[in-house]
Amino acid sequence: MGGYPLVSRLLVRGGRVIDPATGRDGVADVLVEEGRFASIARGIDARDAAVLDAAGMLVFPGFIDLHVHLREPGFEYKESILSGAGAAAAGGFSAVCAMPNTDPVNDHRTVTRWIADRAREIGLARVYPIGAITKGMRGEELSEFGEMKEAGAVAVSDDGRWVANGSVMRRALEYARLFDLPVATHAEDETLSGRGAMNEGAVSTRLGLSAQPPEAESIAIARDLALCELAHGRLHVCHVSTARSVALVREAKARGVRVTAEVTPHHLFLTDEEVSLSAFSTATKVNPPLRSPRDAEALVEGILDGTIDAVATDHAPHHADEKAVDYESAPFGMVGLETAVALFHTRLVATGRVPIARMVELFSSGPARAFSLPGGRLAEGSDADLTIFDPAASTVIDPRSFRSRARNTPFAGVKVTGLAVSTVVGGREIYRRP
Amino acid sequence: MITTLQSKDLLGIETLSPEEIGLILDTAESMRAIGQREIKKVPALRGRMVVNLFFEASTRTRFSFETAEKWLSADSLNFAAKGSSVEKGESLLDTARNLQAMAPDLIVIRHGTPGVPHFLARNLKAGVVNAGDGAHEHPTQALLDAMTIRQRKGSFENLKVAIVGDIAHSRVVRSNIWCLTKLKAKVTLCAPPTLMPPGIEEMGVSATSDFEEALSGADVVMMLRVQIERGGKTAFPSSREYFARYGLTRGRLDLARPDAIVMHPGPMNRGVEISSEIADDADRSVILSQVANGVAVRMAVLYLLAGGNPQAWGDTPS
Repeated sequence: MGGYPLVSRLLVRGGRVIDPATGRDGVADVLVEEGRFASIARGIDARDAAVLDAAGMLVFPGFIDLHVHLREPGFEYKESILSGAGAAAAGGFSAVCAMPNTDPVNDHRTVTRWIADRAREIGLARVYPIGAITKGMRGEELSEFGEMKEAGAVAVSDDGRWVANGSVMRRALEYARLFDLPVATHAEDETLSGRGAMNEGAVSTRLGLSAQPPEAESIAIARDLALCELAHGRLHVCHVSTARSVALVREAKARGVRVTAEVTPHHLFLTDEEVSLSAFSTATKVNPPLRSPRDAEALVEGILDGTIDAVATDHAPHHADEKAVDYESAPFGMVGLETAVALFHTRLVATGRVPIARMVELFSSGPARAFSLPGGRLAEGSDADLTIFDPAASTVIDPRSFRSRARNTPFAGVKVTGLAVSTVVGGREIYRRP
Repeated sequence: MITTLQSKDLLGIETLSPEEIGLILDTAESMRAIGQREIKKVPALRGRMVVNLFFEASTRTRFSFETAEKWLSADSLNFAAKGSSVEKGESLLDTARNLQAMAPDLIVIRHGTPGVPHFLARNLKAGVVNAGDGAHEHPTQALLDAMTIRQRKGSFENLKVAIVGDIAHSRVVRSNIWCLTKLKAKVTLCAPPTLMPPGIEEMGVSATSDFEEALSGADVVMMLRVQIERGGKTAFPSSREYFARYGLTRGRLDLARPDAIVMHPGPMNRGVEISSEIADDADRSVILSQVANGVAVRMAVLYLLAGGNPQAWGDTPS
């Protein structure tokens, strides 16, 4: 089910094609044949092809989100692979990487395989499963990385929990080398964070909420970077949120450590003051928490100087009932798939802070490289995944219009300019803006 | 001069104007007379329903509100979380909707988490009075403290107020900071570094770990309960060492102005933050006046929020 019919030839005509991976930026036609890019050139003559008119639009490699929670199997009341892959498509993403904190946890090839098969059967955005680092995400015994990779896993992570035991993390980084799998870390020293509900600082002091200091993250990243060096491994740092964390990744990259890093739109565009401004709205509760303005600024600098490789949403759907509780009891997390691209464009590209080509990189080739994924570029012969974007289209974010099953966003009512109008996967248009 | 409050709710002092604080204190002064009458009851809130919703244990605040409600002739309903549907896992939103169905005029709420009164206020037509939300605010406490200070000191301008103790976990201190700084008093906070939350100076106060420095020249010394049940315990090794460093004794009180008053929101830990000698010193300690003023302030708040009848208690508020 889902998706639009596959046509054997598709011509995306007249858009401005921006593909940082190949250095292309100019008006061109894109011809797709049998699900693959056949030709990208000006004035392609393909009379029998179905045509997507992209005049005035931007054409990008299909966007990839390294960090989503699709909640299936186990928490289908929050989100499902179907609703999540639909939300991804509507947000301009042709592929997402699904974190393993499902029930059962994706710590075994049977679960990995099931997720991958289910996503293929649905036929919307591609879903790349991420396997758990440790069995049950308990931080004790390693999962079977090799078998999970054969079943489709593209990385391993215990996202939501830090692998607190240094020896276990070291072994994970070493063992993952056998399969060239990145180990994605949720960096949080819980002895320091206490799972505090918000960022520690003047705002948490004023509001009296439990809080976690930024050091709970940066200390964990410092350890993981050291272990990555020791193990000669490959580390990916999830949702970097503090200035010190950015600096640590920057220094490590300069030393030649194999590390990549992602940031989320909410850490870029919101600060802990939002908890106060929203009068304790649980939509602002997320982990890592919204930080200070100085931290948010450091993330933008990390984007500009290349320290940050990808923008990832950490799309974390929750049922409305779960968020309709007091702030301390509410679960962490917010949805992001249907707002990320528009917010990034509005806040950083339309304002002239980040060039459009850099934005495309952060949403395509950057994440593709971080997890060694196919795609992320418009190369002849490769799978025809692309995102058509209207930089002038604007809307006011309305959670009621989401394809996601969840509505937990702090961006409701925010005006955005720049929207995905069409998402194509393997030559098939899986989303068109109504 | 204003005669009403801006909001249907009293969620904190942060959002009150100095004029609104003044209105509440003036109204409270005229309410105080009711407590001194032989028949302590006026029909000001007759036919109005107040729900006291206490998710957290409280004795004096709950009694104080209940007394205020009785003296104003409101119908009140008490709801304690223990043994209630909340303990059975009812969501806060459902609790709010069920309450709304009973059409109360006011809800007095205490909860262990900051922001719960705000959540109810957003979802209910009834006015909401915050009777303490976690470590966030406890507005009626700050108002009764202000009333007590005003009775003793006349005005707040340039008054030096030292607030000492577990600043990190105290809702009383946050409401007092808002209240006292709005009234132009000078506030110095004092706590061991482990009980001083980061960035508190941004609220317009000074902060020190030196008890003697905080006390020197103070007009008002407000001692806070060291809240062992909120994790205050891990912040210092023993009550004995705490008292040695931060306990209010006669010798230390001598550093303050000779006419300095000593306050405490209660319940006191004698021998931890305050010596019995000071607690019981009728010349200096105003702790029992605070309790009496608490009823008057709560009457004023309930009356102003519920829009009670001003002719109902004989003498109109000044």
